[in-house]
Amino acid sequence: MKLPNKARAGNRSRRASGLLRHGLTAHGVLCYVFLYLPILVLVAFSFNASRYSGLWRGFTLQWYEALFSNAALGAALRTSLVVALASTAISTVLGTAVALGLERFAFRFRPLMDVLLYLPIIIPDIAMAVMLLLFFVLTRVPLGVGTIVVSHVAFNVSYVALVVRARLAYFDISLEEAAQDLYADEWQTFRRVTLPLLMPGILGGALLAFTLSLDDFVIAFFVSGPGATTLPLRVYSMIKLGVTPEINALSSLMLLASIGLIALSGALSRR
Amino acid sequence: MAEYAVELRNVSKFFGSVAAVRNVTLGIREGEFFSLLGPSGCGKTTTLRLIAGFELPTAGEVYIGGELQGDTPPYRRPVNTVFQNYALFPHMTVYENVAFGLRMRRLPENEIRRQVHEALEMVRLSGLERRRPRELSGGQQQRVALARALVNRPRVLLLDEPLGALDQKLRRAMQLELKNLQQQVGITFIYVTHDQEEAMTMSDRIAVMDQGAILQVGTPAEIYECPASRFVADFIGETNLLEGKVVEVWDHHALVLVDGARMVCGAVPEGVRVGQRVTVAIRPERISLHAQPPGPLAIPGIVRDVVYTGADIRYMVRMADRVTVLVRSPNTGNGSTPHFLRNETVYLSWRPESARLLVA
Amino acid sequence: MAQPLRTRRDLLRLLILISPSLLWLVIFFLLPLLLVFAISFGQRGTYGGVQWTPTLANYARLLDPLYLRIFLRTLFIAGTATVLCALIGYPMAFFIATRPARWRNAFLLLLVIPFWTNFLVRMYAWLFLLRDNGPINVLWTEGIHAAVAWLAAAIPAPFWEPLLQATSTPLRLFGTDGAVIVGLVYAWLPDMVLPCYAAVERLDPRLVEAAQDLYATRVRAFLRVVLPLTRSGLITGSVLVFVPCVGAYVTPDLLGGARTVMIGNVIYSQFMMARDYPFGSALSFVLMALMLVATVAYFRLGGEGGRGRG
Repeated sequence: MKLPNKARAGNRSRRASGLLRHGLTAHGVLCYVFLYLPILVLVAFSFNASRYSGLWRGFTLQWYEALFSNAALGAALRTSLVVALASTAISTVLGTAVALGLERFAFRFRPLMDVLLYLPIIIPDIAMAVMLLLFFVLTRVPLGVGTIVVSHVAFNVSYVALVVRARLAYFDISLEEAAQDLYADEWQTFRRVTLPLLMPGILGGALLAFTLSLDDFVIAFFVSGPGATTLPLRVYSMIKLGVTPEINALSSLMLLASIGLIALSGALSRR
Repeated sequence: MAEYAVELRNVSKFFGSVAAVRNVTLGIREGEFFSLLGPSGCGKTTTLRLIAGFELPTAGEVYIGGELQGDTPPYRRPVNTVFQNYALFPHMTVYENVAFGLRMRRLPENEIRRQVHEALEMVRLSGLERRRPRELSGGQQQRVALARALVNRPRVLLLDEPLGALDQKLRRAMQLELKNLQQQVGITFIYVTHDQEEAMTMSDRIAVMDQGAILQVGTPAEIYECPASRFVADFIGETNLLEGKVVEVWDHHALVLVDGARMVCGAVPEGVRVGQRVTVAIRPERISLHAQPPGPLAIPGIVRDVVYTGADIRYMVRMADRVTVLVRSPNTGNGSTPHFLRNETVYLSWRPESARLLVA
Repeated sequence: MAQPLRTRRDLLRLLILISPSLLWLVIFFLLPLLLVFAISFGQRGTYGGVQWTPTLANYARLLDPLYLRIFLRTLFIAGTATVLCALIGYPMAFFIATRPARWRNAFLLLLVIPFWTNFLVRMYAWLFLLRDNGPINVLWTEGIHAAVAWLAAAIPAPFWEPLLQATSTPLRLFGTDGAVIVGLVYAWLPDMVLPCYAAVERLDPRLVEAAQDLYATRVRAFLRVVLPLTRSGLITGSVLVFVPCVGAYVTPDLLGGARTVMIGNVIYSQFMMARDYPFGSALSFVLMALMLVATVAYFRLGGEGGRGRG
């Protein structure tokens, strides 16, 4: 009597597994709708002719035109790029160097250095912003573009080091020995072998640093002072003044830029 | 010219408290194909790295071409290395890989081109200059590694298990090719391997290592015929190692009692005394089997197992109660060696010189 | 890989490599951190500065019901967002892992694209959707309202009246705890899915088959085999979501309106409005302590450090 029982159970379990599979698919599709619907609606309404309503009133490009004639926005974009480029350059050099030091040498204080390097990644950005603001105010450092760059480097070093160390963990040390065996001194070995092989990791780290710097609002909000306005600061003050289609248009362009950055990082990781 | 191409004097290397190399003294002659042979972890690779300069000795001195190396970095030593996994630069072409050493020494570009082509021709890789290492087969990568080292005309070439990643057939072919190449260029080769057959095939001399120490140095024949210790006898080829007690000693000969059987040993070292516990080492192919006792010293036994391997027939023969010996008789096919069956009674005999008496 | 320092030259090389970062982090991270700690025991000066008379008053003030309520609300919002992320993200990891191999990377990429998008933009997208005259409420007050009115005309019944009433005014979506939670889930969902996916992908499907072969029912096979083996991903994801949610500032600021306040907002107002640096510092320190508790609990629960961001 066992066989028919088992067969029936098998039928039931097949039906249940089909249900599970369809349920999972439906869930997955809904999740991606959840992730993309807000962005798509946002982009769609950047072409909406109505200024105030959530109702569709016809297609227009006027909000994009308005953006390009907005001088304050241009200035904010320039500030953001300066800050991002400067902090990326500094943190890429520092982060790569510290990654090399930590991966290549074993020393007593290495665990402490690890902790110091990881803390800026896990600490909430509002806490980091407060710390830095207090520090600059009490040491009477004038707030401005410089303080934003310094603050961005303080967290970006950690991210660059993280990415470069991941790449270094797979580095075949015998390649460096081979170079030295072939008459390359330490510097030539670094220039001709270590650096080129590490480059995808370094560029990946730099790209991450660049993105994080462009993305940061909270820290810049605290340490920027009255003179320096980055793009996120500008966007924030625009949002605070009221929802307008210009912000939708600006958001759409920023979205496009970040997709460009993703494509770039994809191309880098394939190398 | 210095007496030795490479000389190690009382060299030791410790990693923390672990000794990787213990008090090694070794001289490698100019133009020699010299192998460091031993099981993994025996210190042979560390010894090679000490010569290359990747490691510095904890104690002792390394001389290359008669010059003390001290803490000379690898890039100032007149040696080149073929690495275990080749360590070819993945971001460079075959040409750039081979040219690397010459470029670092700032040779003129047309001279580099000539020498690289010559080296690639020597290892029969002409036409692959623009390939990347990952586009090559294992055997081709191995040749690039060889060309990249040899193009610099080093005083000594160091090879760290260079054939380890190749399959058996390619290995055999490359062994012969390497040996020919070495004779052609006349450069001293120091070759690290754990494969005793490989070492025997290629080397002029072999150093057998175990646990960081050198146990014996000699030509392949010396090491095979006259192993200095149990370990060497066991590691090189197949050997029957029989424990026994010396009963009588005379004129480089000894009579040893093994499990109730009396054996005459030929090559007996000085200082062996009656009553001493020793090991008798006999190669399986030096033992012959007979249906009738060929002489008074023949030892009776019973065939426990017969294995046919093609080139020869292997017998496991039980002597007396406990000891079983391996006998290999060549499969000549002309009836000159008799064949035996399981459980047959046989008589074992050998020339006294074939039974070596080992104290260590 | 890492070798001990053997020579003076090695030491020099190490110093050249790590000291610039070390100096930068000591000056611009460690010193400010210690400064916040020190100031949290100071007092607010008359004109907004800091008076260095040590006191525990700032920490005592945290026990005020006003701030206790904000702390509890912060934990509630962050906790709810984390649980929702787990409920949504864990099955999503299975969804991605069960796609054909060549599609899997595309699904993962689609998951991280919003991640690379500016945070403000993502929060603005929800602000735009949820506000009183946003698309959702337009749909509600115009579309749904018209549909109800049409139905009421077609089929007269007493229950249409309250429905017509309800759809004539916009839904209260913006400025609620719910809006903040939705924003947080939206922001940090990939942080939950990625470690879960890494754990699910490592899972050997034969183990589930083996469990079922040994007469485990579907549910028991899941509870006894699948869940324990993917637990580490779930824990890693939970920490990666919970920590930034507790420290959230932008999301409640934009989506919570004036009513939903989290610790981050209080810290902001203490520094930028009230200029009470000592109290703001004490708040920040408690926030960091919460984060530390979550991280330590994470290691206790056996999560895997560093493997989080796959």
